[in-house]
Amino acid sequence: MTDHAAVPAATAPRPRRQSTVSRRVRKGAVGALWALAGILLVMLMWELVKWVGTLVSLPFNTNDLSMPHVWTMFSGAWQPEVRGSDTTVLQAVLQSAAYSLLIALGGFIIGVSVGLLLAIVMQRFAFLERGLLPFVIASQTVPLIALAPLITGIGNRISIGPVQWSTTYSVMFIAAYLAFFPLSVGALRGLHAPTATSLELMRSYAATPRATLFKLRFPASLPYLVPAMKVSAAAAVVGTVVAEISTGVRGGIGRLILEYSREATSQPAKVYVAVFGAIVLGLVAAGLVTALDLYLTRNLPKESPA
Amino acid sequence: MTTTTSDLAVQAQGIWKVFNAGLANEVTALQDIDLVVGRGEFVSLIGPSGCGKSTLLRVIADLTDATQGSLQVAGMSAAQARQEQRYGIAFQQAALFDWRTVRRNVELPLELQGWDKGRRQARAMELLEMVQLADFADHRPWELSGGMQQRVAIARSLAVDPPLLLMDEPFGALDEMTRERMQNELLRIRQETGKSIIFVTHSIPEAVYLSDRVVVMSPRPGRITDVIPVSLGERDDDTREAESFFESVTAVREALRGNPSSPARARVGEV
Amino acid sequence: MGARLRSIWPPVLIAVLALAAWQLLVVVRNIPPYLLPSPSLIAGNFFKDISLMWGAAFYTGTSALLGLMFGTFLGVLAALLAQRFIVVNNLITPLAAGLAAVPIIALTPILNNMFNITSRTPRVLVTTIIVFFPIFVNVIRGLVQVQPVQLELMRSMNASPRTVLRILRIPNAIPFFFTGMKVAAPLAVIAALVAEYFGGPQEGLGSRIASNAANTAYGRAWAYVAAAIITGLLFYVIVILLERWVAPWTSRPRPAS
Repeated sequence: MTDHAAVPAATAPRPRRQSTVSRRVRKGAVGALWALAGILLVMLMWELVKWVGTLVSLPFNTNDLSMPHVWTMFSGAWQPEVRGSDTTVLQAVLQSAAYSLLIALGGFIIGVSVGLLLAIVMQRFAFLERGLLPFVIASQTVPLIALAPLITGIGNRISIGPVQWSTTYSVMFIAAYLAFFPLSVGALRGLHAPTATSLELMRSYAATPRATLFKLRFPASLPYLVPAMKVSAAAAVVGTVVAEISTGVRGGIGRLILEYSREATSQPAKVYVAVFGAIVLGLVAAGLVTALDLYLTRNLPKESPA
Repeated sequence: MTTTTSDLAVQAQGIWKVFNAGLANEVTALQDIDLVVGRGEFVSLIGPSGCGKSTLLRVIADLTDATQGSLQVAGMSAAQARQEQRYGIAFQQAALFDWRTVRRNVELPLELQGWDKGRRQARAMELLEMVQLADFADHRPWELSGGMQQRVAIARSLAVDPPLLLMDEPFGALDEMTRERMQNELLRIRQETGKSIIFVTHSIPEAVYLSDRVVVMSPRPGRITDVIPVSLGERDDDTREAESFFESVTAVREALRGNPSSPARARVGEV
Repeated sequence: MGARLRSIWPPVLIAVLALAAWQLLVVVRNIPPYLLPSPSLIAGNFFKDISLMWGAAFYTGTSALLGLMFGTFLGVLAALLAQRFIVVNNLITPLAAGLAAVPIIALTPILNNMFNITSRTPRVLVTTIIVFFPIFVNVIRGLVQVQPVQLELMRSMNASPRTVLRILRIPNAIPFFFTGMKVAAPLAVIAALVAEYFGGPQEGLGSRIASNAANTAYGRAWAYVAAAIITGLLFYVIVILLERWVAPWTSRPRPAS
């Protein structure tokens, strides 16, 4: 700070950085506009299919109960959740989505921490890498989510110390479990990313493994870590909702979709609002990770490897 | 008119290539280029990065348009020459298709010309014999060394038997020993086939060893600053150590430093 | 052979140790099956009811396979259109990116309403949608990410856009296609399985796991989980074998591009 000579050097690259970020933001905005056009197109198609359904018989139901009008869905969002209730459907949906987002976030943080730790251990000890990695990879190809109903069964019956294990923890556990695998694989690949030359350079400095990890391997792993985090976040959100559906845990958007789908005959719009809630939940999660991505990769060239 | 121009492989007059014209980042890649390449002549384009040598080659190949100027390739417009396959091209990267065997890579241009399978295979084998890779016909490209891949690319560029070869630093990624071997091989192929060749490089000895004339270019704006004739006669490995070889190398080096070999020649590139 | 053996024994050793530790833990600590059944109990249930396992796996596997086929077909078709028409690309690509974190499986109840819930149609459809995106994203990447020098070469040979598609873009996209398939195939099994939790026919793995767990038949529920894992692995292995057969050139050492 007292070194005046360092000030211009430190500030000089700033504008270029920001312009890279702002270019990406602008590109994202254009993409969002196109996505919006896509959504409008879907709505239009929806109504078109409904209209065609009144003329000819289609292989699926196009009546107002199975395929309510787009405007019915919108107005349905503002109706009370149950007769005489103060909360609207929209409020209920948003509350559940926020609840699910929190669980997913918890699962994401646990999954990322454990995944990162495992990657570091695997990178450090070659035997563990050879022994564990096949399972980490195989587990990505396997429907582990099938375990969900069973994990709830466990969850209801154990307590750790004074903490009674709640089914909410089960859902978070599943989310963490799903988030953990893509991250550990990506992180491991990233930790192996430094070139032989860079590693030899560190060796020539007699750097400790720890110093090599923090000065070289971590920064070099970012281009792999960040995409892995995106996949993990998606897995955490999808895992949360699927686990809520599989286990029937209350409070989250998954259970709400399940409940509302049973009321389709009386209030057909409700389940659609809930599904939109799930979509918004996914988009918010994706947005959060993208913000994280923009922050972490602000100093990197635009194109990422792999 | 037609009789005179068809004797020439390439005749370019007043070629300009301007990127981003009218914008803040406008770049004049080629400024008023005059270049004549006779039939059977070997001409190298040499110069530092950004001097427009690759751009000039791409203009001749009709891979990009000239902003301005007149250009005849094999006595016709560049576009027509491309459509009628009057040239073959090789790049610094071999650009072989991984999903095809070596032989089928050489067959590619013939396939596009609609040759039937039997003729295609026979021609491809003939060319692979010429580049001494017949034994590798059924290998996949990635099983070959860099030099071998480049030989396949050269065989491919000769497939339709075009009168003109365009080469964009084809040996640029090879080690020095392989490079010299490839140069000898290229000269042998040239002798066997009598092709006209335009060869982009940034190696001075390579340009001198291969060429009848070395065209020296300079950047910002990209232009021809000098043309150096080379007369070494029949080349062999002794040529690389001959006095006359070093004299030509020195002449090209001087020209690249901006000391024109003679005032008359320097005029070629002036506006 | 020796190298191969060396790469196989560590995971095998860890698997054997883990199973042994699991068995030992359950026996020594006397853990009740509702918490964690022992591997021997699961294996016993699996082989005792092998025909039930096969039936449920066949049902869910069929839904997954149908969805995988439709989704793959549509994904490839959309990618070809998107490569040709920039408008299609602009419409689908941000959608595909945005939907990455969206639990598409939540569409199941809507499809259950629209289609006959007593058939497997809604399950196949939701699987189709889920499969579509990874296939689309990878195939479009393969069609577009062609080396510039190869495009120049095609132009120097006066190739039409259609020829470039046939000779260059499509072969170039095949390894990318299989990358997408390796993601999509296990995903199809997961989607077909989870879609069963929304009600409908009770023949599949998902329904059986849920009902056996609810009926406290934990050993059998875990056996169905094992069947689900085997089904998922089978799908993955088939894709790998297909890739080796269709695109042998992808096995070459790839530069990290």
